[in-house]
Amino acid sequence: MTTLELPTRGELTGRPYQVSTVRHQTHDVVTIDVRPEQDPIAFQPGQFDMVYVYGVGEAAISISSDPATPGLLSHTIRAVGWVTKALNQLQPGATIAIRGPYGRPWPLEQAQGRDLVIVAGGIGLAPVRPAIVQALHQRERFGRVVLLVGARSPRDLVFRDDLDRWNADRGIDVHATVDSAVRGWTDHVGVVTTLIPRVPFDPENAVVLACGPEVMMRATARSMQARGVPAERIHVTLERNMKCGVGTCGHCQLGPLFLCRDGPVFAWPEVADLLEVREL
Amino acid sequence: MAGPQLGGAAVMAVDELDTLILALRADGYRVVGPTIRDGTIVHADLERSSDLPQGWTDEQGPGTYRARSVDGDAQFSYAVGPSSPKEELFPPRQRLWTATSDGDASFQVVEEVRETPRIAFLGLRGCELAAIAIQDRVFLRGSYQDEVYAANRSDTLLIAVECGSPGGTCFCASMGTGPRVDDGADLILTELLDGDPRFLVRVGSDTGAALLERLTHREASAADLDAREQVVTAAAAMMGRTLDTDGLHDLLLDNLDHPRWDTVADRCLACTNCTLVCPTCFCSTIEDTTDLRGEKAYRDRRWDSCFGLEFSHATPASVRTSTKARYRQWMTHKLATWIDQFGTSGCVGCGRCITWCPVGIDITEEAAAIRRASDPTPADLPVPPTGAR
Repeated sequence: MTTLELPTRGELTGRPYQVSTVRHQTHDVVTIDVRPEQDPIAFQPGQFDMVYVYGVGEAAISISSDPATPGLLSHTIRAVGWVTKALNQLQPGATIAIRGPYGRPWPLEQAQGRDLVIVAGGIGLAPVRPAIVQALHQRERFGRVVLLVGARSPRDLVFRDDLDRWNADRGIDVHATVDSAVRGWTDHVGVVTTLIPRVPFDPENAVVLACGPEVMMRATARSMQARGVPAERIHVTLERNMKCGVGTCGHCQLGPLFLCRDGPVFAWPEVADLLEVREL
Repeated sequence: MAGPQLGGAAVMAVDELDTLILALRADGYRVVGPTIRDGTIVHADLERSSDLPQGWTDEQGPGTYRARSVDGDAQFSYAVGPSSPKEELFPPRQRLWTATSDGDASFQVVEEVRETPRIAFLGLRGCELAAIAIQDRVFLRGSYQDEVYAANRSDTLLIAVECGSPGGTCFCASMGTGPRVDDGADLILTELLDGDPRFLVRVGSDTGAALLERLTHREASAADLDAREQVVTAAAAMMGRTLDTDGLHDLLLDNLDHPRWDTVADRCLACTNCTLVCPTCFCSTIEDTTDLRGEKAYRDRRWDSCFGLEFSHATPASVRTSTKARYRQWMTHKLATWIDQFGTSGCVGCGRCITWCPVGIDITEEAAAIRRASDPTPADLPVPPTGAR
């Protein structure tokens, strides 16, 4: 009695790609580039892929490269588990399998004509990097573009070349801070949210994109609202265990949400109450 | 003479069950239905009607299951056992693909060839039909269509038998999924034990009508339809449990910090039994493995459970470390957030999670305790029922 059209290709099957370059960002973070010559994967800023290492497993990794050039696809990975450690040890020429892109992207269109304020903690710069790059391609569409970057120490800052270049050339106001400084660090010291009250932007006419540890995003949302940014213009990207990426394995649930399918990017009012509940 | 068409009703003798099973097998179907195995009524392949648990019933309560032999002619005088059609449609372990590597840095992925088995489910209760409909929504009606479930579901035939003997943990009447079945199956049988034992057969699809044509049957009389009405009305009054679903979604989500979650967590072993026997629980995990030489890598998907600590693992630690948080996740998902996600409750009232919980935690009692909105007292703890039916 049931008539179904069967899917032609398994959603849980990645496509093999050869690693072209491995760029070491910090002692435990690498950026892995692949160059899909056929079928480049079009993606939007904030989306993620499931990246597979042969025989080891698969992890959800945000895409960190420029959406305008899908022929160069980058993932920036911190070594924290089996798969991410294996990814950190890959050499150019190795093959990985990628499926995606998945998830709801950053709502950059909401920021058009407004100030764009991006807050990133640690490796949290990777998922917002495509948004920054896209905003720079269309710089005239935005008011001020401000990037607040925090890391535990200077050696944990990722994309340092980008930070210098964006600050110097491209009309983006970059502020970096570290939790604990070392000799030679002349920038700000303190958690990234301490920058929020002191950098120039128009809170009533700003859109905020935040990515970092959950506690940092909660603090960011609080500080931004204290400064006058409407809650619905504060966006965060959330992370949970993900096995499928398509809303069927159940692992990434937060209340009614499947983070992989309904997110990972959420407007603050969509998740604020949920994030207040311990162990939800 | 053409027999009953869609929506029509007929009566067949008990012996025709055998004809039905043989006809389905002749058409290439595996016939999967209840049989007795290891002292339990489970779903398994049926070759003849003699494989059915004729002469058996069951007694169920929180943490209690006993199959018991009885006198009489009934073929379907029992409630649901621990297995469900989920095991066929979304098997506990599924190979997704195999990758081969010749030792250098590259590998090739070969997807598993999906067969579309012909399965006829015989003896499905209202709760089980509802569970299949819910898993259809989860796996087929979203933005993503699950390849494994779709293949297994694509050539299935559903033959329901309305439940005349609900168990001590049943509450399908509360969930609106049974015991009455009016659609969602190709054929809907009702076992009539007044007078001569016989089956009322109602037609739920053209496939069902064609199947009925091949069975010896007569037109259903008003008395037959009335007898059926009495069976399901009596069954609805025999529910071992009730669950008040009125406003339940908001009630649970407004009480995420209710002290009752701590009380139930003191008893819950986080053993995952409830999620394994649940006919709608769909969570899974991926297992990537290799052979010893590393020449082949395999991707399997297997059932997972939100009661496991690893389930919510995200760097640097699991989100739900306490049993309280894991029980709350399961129950609020089942009864509340499932509605947000799929437009239906995730609970069909089959009672399996109550029966197969080793410590007898009762989802209906837990919901009632939160509804009472008072601090738990010893009187709130469930009392094991005496006499399942």
